[in-house]
Amino acid sequence: MEERLRRTMMFVPGNNSGMVKDAGVYGADSIMFDLEDSVSMDQKDAARILVYEALQTQDYGNAELVVRVNGIDSPFFRSDVFAMVKAGIQVIRLPKVESAQMMKDLVSTIEEAEKKFGIKVGTTHVMAAIESARGVMKCLEIAESSDRMIGLALSAEDYTTDMKTHRYPDGAELEFARNMILHASRAAGIAAFDTVFTNMNDIEGFNHETEHIHQLGFDGKSLVNPRQIDLVNKVFEPTKKEIENALDVEAAIEEAQAKGSGVISMNGQMVDRPVVLRAQRVIRLAKASHLINEEGEYIEE
Amino acid sequence: MGIKETALAGTLESSDIQITLSEGSGINIDLDSSVEALYGDQIKKVITDTLNKYGITDAKVKAVDKGALDCVVKARTMAVAQRALGTTEEPNWEVL
Repeated sequence: MEERLRRTMMFVPGNNSGMVKDAGVYGADSIMFDLEDSVSMDQKDAARILVYEALQTQDYGNAELVVRVNGIDSPFFRSDVFAMVKAGIQVIRLPKVESAQMMKDLVSTIEEAEKKFGIKVGTTHVMAAIESARGVMKCLEIAESSDRMIGLALSAEDYTTDMKTHRYPDGAELEFARNMILHASRAAGIAAFDTVFTNMNDIEGFNHETEHIHQLGFDGKSLVNPRQIDLVNKVFEPTKKEIENALDVEAAIEEAQAKGSGVISMNGQMVDRPVVLRAQRVIRLAKASHLINEEGEYIEE
Repeated sequence: MGIKETALAGTLESSDIQITLSEGSGINIDLDSSVEALYGDQIKKVITDTLNKYGITDAKVKAVDKGALDCVVKARTMAVAQRALGTTEEPNWEVL
């Protein structure tokens, strides 16, 4: 899977033309157009066409473009997938996933659409939303269900209902699901997205939750409001010490390559692969946060 | 070709356009837009071209524009055309 930053995945209601039009201006790493829960049953066709047209005419910059289609057992699923594949969507997010077979069924519908519209088979990626106890228990098989998988996302509202609880400020009720999703994602080499935080007035609670999922190791969070983007990015910003260390590692890699040496050493110690990977991620984050420029130099405040 | 039933698509929210199709002879567009002087002809052209792609040549069109971009005008016309023809879940992929 291509390594890219996925700190923020912003939900955009698919039938809201103003929000669909403006979705690119907020700087989200991923934009997720929603054809499912935010669209009423009698507007499913209109939302599908609106997102279809927008994808082909609007400039969303470097954001990764994702669409949440209607469930696999809904009457809208097939037309949603066909329209989005034809429009050239990068990722299709399937809701309420509970088995690898559901992802395989999605992939076979996508493949059918790719062939019909003359798009190279394998172009369209997929991700799964985990929204139930069964989904959580099947995380790993879902994560490994297809080469097209880019990530798993936790959807806490449905999940907590399924668990006969609800959301609490400390998030204890989500701890098992978060860890299952995270471990399955890491084992499969894909991204892990935390759930949305819907109380827009509780900034402190939002920051606390974001710091927690950052500590656990999530790639990022699903968001319902563009105001949350900067807050998440701030939490994911690397410290000056982390950046300096990462730049030292990068310099050591370059030095080893210049010498034609396969062993990277820094301050007389060998640099392991995990250290290299972490350094590369810190540098990507630092560049995205505009703390360093493309040459790895500090950008003065 | 005419339509099968009267249909409506789009909303009256900012950046959207609400389009109603009813039975008529030829394409007659009644457009209500605050930018009609500047973009009225363009909006009518997008509506007419899109209806023609669906083979609709006879319909009365009522359009209330709230500052929709061309892609939104096209999307709402497509949605209303499919609804008026009763083909919402069998989209015409050739037109799309």
